[in-house]
Amino acid sequence: MNTANPALFQASDLNRHNESVQRRYRLLFGLMTLLLITPVLLILGTLVAKGGGAISWEFLFSAPTDGMRTGGIFPALLGTVWLVTVALLLSVPIGIFAAIYLSEYAGDNWFTRIINLAIINLAGVPSIVHALFGLGAFVIFFKFGTSILAASLTLAVMTMPVVIVATRESLQAVPQAFREACWNMGATRWQTIRRVVLPNSLTGILTGVILEVSRTAGETAPIMFTGAVFFTPFLPQSVFDQTMALSLHLFVTATQVPGIEEHVPFGVALVLIGLVLTMNSVSIAFRMWLRGKKKW
Amino acid sequence: MNTGTQALSNRATTAAVAGNFDRRNADWYVDKLIAGLVFVCGISAILFVLGIFFFVTREGIGFVFEKMDFREFFLTPYWSPSDAEDPEHGILALIAGTASVTGLAMLVAVPFSLGAAIYIAEFATGKTREALKVLVELLAAIPSVVWGFIGLVIMNPLLIKWFDVPVGLSVLNAGVILGLMAAPIMTSIAEDALKAVPDRYREAAEAMGATRWQVIYKVVLPAAKNGLLGGVLLGVGRGFGETMAVLMATGHAVNIPSSIFDSVRALTATIAAELGEAVVGGEHYQVLFTIGIFLFLITFIINLSADLIVRGIRKG
Repeated sequence: MNTANPALFQASDLNRHNESVQRRYRLLFGLMTLLLITPVLLILGTLVAKGGGAISWEFLFSAPTDGMRTGGIFPALLGTVWLVTVALLLSVPIGIFAAIYLSEYAGDNWFTRIINLAIINLAGVPSIVHALFGLGAFVIFFKFGTSILAASLTLAVMTMPVVIVATRESLQAVPQAFREACWNMGATRWQTIRRVVLPNSLTGILTGVILEVSRTAGETAPIMFTGAVFFTPFLPQSVFDQTMALSLHLFVTATQVPGIEEHVPFGVALVLIGLVLTMNSVSIAFRMWLRGKKKW
Repeated sequence: MNTGTQALSNRATTAAVAGNFDRRNADWYVDKLIAGLVFVCGISAILFVLGIFFFVTREGIGFVFEKMDFREFFLTPYWSPSDAEDPEHGILALIAGTASVTGLAMLVAVPFSLGAAIYIAEFATGKTREALKVLVELLAAIPSVVWGFIGLVIMNPLLIKWFDVPVGLSVLNAGVILGLMAAPIMTSIAEDALKAVPDRYREAAEAMGATRWQVIYKVVLPAAKNGLLGGVLLGVGRGFGETMAVLMATGHAVNIPSSIFDSVRALTATIAAELGEAVVGGEHYQVLFTIGIFLFLITFIINLSADLIVRGIRKG
């Protein structure tokens, strides 16, 4: 016997209206997302189309010739490697220790809040103000001159928030019970961090470090007046030398060299963006792999 | 018998330890040392921010105290600091340049990034959502000098062709470039803010028969309001301080814009373009550092208010 009233489960006019409103908004926001992403993909496509032809072993591994109008980008590429390496040697240890302080030692109080505010500010101060700071502090006050050291110190200060934030997140993802178990065995705070917390968050910290590499490699303004130069015929021999850099080289070839072959700046842009996006993709892939194998 | 002896000797050891409360072995000292080191690194961010303010002020303060006329500096649009006879230091046109470009960029970026954040956080599911998040993260990573290059060589000819204007390096060009640049960052901050709304709010609303859109509009958005506003403010701060992209895409002409097709010049770009030519310690050099102080203070205020809006209200 069928007593169920079929009308009971039928959508009313109001239900139908609400459903159609929802569908319309879903479509609207979906389109907005697409509109946000499409132009960028088109632009990247154009870069590949126009600069792809320029990329060759010779382009990557030879010096610019003919007043930078033709030739390769090797000095700029090598300079970026120098700048990033020195900057990371400074920012990664300090950044990781800072994150350890915030995650493992600091209480939830006004002092910690000021530190957090300082980190947000460090990331939010305009890059050109970081350049002024680098010039005033490292080049002039500490007398490093315009050198890789001064430029890398400036980059390190500017990009440190990336390491701090990523490391703090991965430290905080380690369950509190792990620490408590270790303390109960009589371990000191540092032994606990060294033997339990860090090994369990190492891969997460690594993703932050990779992101930092990508950020550091792409910055231009902070190195303009602190250590990177438009052109130098010499490859850097030590941290006290000036150097060319990939990001600045893009600016120079795009704006300062009359009569340059068009494919050169496109090639530089493509190499720079390829480097940055590869680093970021590695970091993202790493994070996903990590999430897949998480034990807790 | 045997166990008894053991217990006795155990008790003896415990007594020995208890009698000697001093547990400062090597590990204890290492622990204290590390705690100190970690603390120093922990406050390094504060030291760096103070350092930035100190060193930028140190180089620029000479101008502020000796030659600066506040009225001239902020209220006149005449900028010719390298003129040997009669240098002029009015940054009004530069402020107008920065403000117009940032304003247009926010008109582009705010609606689109909020829309995208709502779609990614509330509508999209599974693989689509993951793919969109990764894409947005990659877009946020594109360096600003590459954006400037895009404005210069791709947008510039397109604008000239579409709108039949003599120069394509303008407020419109830089505004769109800056908008595209800020949008991914704002999208991910906004998405975080939406994700921070507890799921039980959504479940309660859905149990009352609300559609997904009603849940978003009536429950999620009001709950995430502060986070979203904070994200928008951080986006404004980024736009304000952006250097390379606006240097390359604005046309770099000192000008108070009357339409979006006018070339302008931004505060940040002025420093980047002129610092190389200025004599260290000279008046021009000090003026550029004074602009730096001004930029530092503005972004500091923006970041501070973003933080107060997001955290202060939540903590009550």
